[in-house]
Amino acid sequence: MENAIKAKVKKFLSRFFKSQEIADDQDIFSLGFVNSLFAMQLVLFLEKEFDIMVDTEDLDLENFRTIDLITSFVEKKQA
Amino acid sequence: MKKIKCVIWDLDHTVWNGVLLEDGDNVQLREGIVEIIQELDRRGILQSISSRNEEEMAMAKLKEFGLDEYFLYPQINWNAKSSSIKKIVESINIGMDTIAFVDDQPFEREEVGAALPDVLLIDALDTDQLLGMPEMNPTFITDDSKNRRLMYMSDIKRKEIEESFEGPQEEFLASLGMELTISPVTTDDLQRAEELTVRTHQLNTTGYTYSYEELDQLRHSPDHKLMIVDLKDKYGTYGKIGLILLECKEEAWYIKLLLMSCRVMSRGIGSILINYIMQLAKENNVTLRAEFVKTDRNRMMLITYKFAGFKEMETNGNHILFENDLSLVQPYPDYVQVTVKDTIEVSN
Repeated sequence: MENAIKAKVKKFLSRFFKSQEIADDQDIFSLGFVNSLFAMQLVLFLEKEFDIMVDTEDLDLENFRTIDLITSFVEKKQA
Repeated sequence: MKKIKCVIWDLDHTVWNGVLLEDGDNVQLREGIVEIIQELDRRGILQSISSRNEEEMAMAKLKEFGLDEYFLYPQINWNAKSSSIKKIVESINIGMDTIAFVDDQPFEREEVGAALPDVLLIDALDTDQLLGMPEMNPTFITDDSKNRRLMYMSDIKRKEIEESFEGPQEEFLASLGMELTISPVTTDDLQRAEELTVRTHQLNTTGYTYSYEELDQLRHSPDHKLMIVDLKDKYGTYGKIGLILLECKEEAWYIKLLLMSCRVMSRGIGSILINYIMQLAKENNVTLRAEFVKTDRNRMMLITYKFAGFKEMETNGNHILFENDLSLVQPYPDYVQVTVKDTIEVSN
């Protein structure tokens, strides 16, 4: 079921990184300026879409740096 | 006591005498109402309408009276007034506890009071006392308060364009031609600076408030940097929308205050200001720390800090002390032109 989560995350990200094709292990934070609004929208999207709570201690760049990391973070939270 | 940021008016028997649908052309403005509306506007208090009425007819009447332009997001429909008020509050993006509702009918006030207990309810019979109420008297009236309604009007225009904009967010932001200026707080800015510390809740890292006198001292203090942020774009000015206070200590620089008006929520300004501070710290070769006080409303700033690479050093209840190792300082984004005035130059 890995791909259901991943597909949704990719779709969400494509709204922000329209011109680029992002590899699953590519650091999205190195692609350019990541603004506060994107960060907030990403967190709210994950919470709503996957019915999880992103706690303060989860707000670590290491959980959100790549599509792979976001996917495994969601899986971990859902477990 | 909370200061009121927006007064929401009923129409029949409140703004005018009579019932529009029954009396039509015969309705007359209540005595003194224009003066009240104009004075609230001058004080920077926003105004809107929640009326059960025929929308087209009511707006035409307001226009005839020359009052239509004073109201943001007027809600004229047959829904419960509490739901209209909710809509206004969401559109303006302010706290429910900064709203006052004026209506002549006890039934309507009770309905609103039951659904939205934070709203200040005012009987239309008491409007002659409205201007004297402490809640309706902001501590200062600044240029930004006098222009507040107009600035919200430009926001409405921007929002319409944003909603119809097809394409990624960054392209929309680029289309605005934003110019951000960061400058040291001057005497002229002190009232607005105090107003910002008092009024800003969502995009505020600590919620510390400072008085005019305290800010004036900090402005001259060799151990502090106090900066104010100004934003404009092709639709007009947003005014002075942000404030930064750094405390420069021997062992590190501390961000005591980082706040922005919620009107710039969707402009990505938070990250720009944080990156400005990070560059400044880097060029001065100092350790950068940030105080943070968690509230139920400032989560966006917490996320902004965390995603900018700030790490918790200490956590004590709602108080967090962050440190940033400055290993990743991002350049400013292309969609906004940043100018730093009269302070240590920061490369762009």
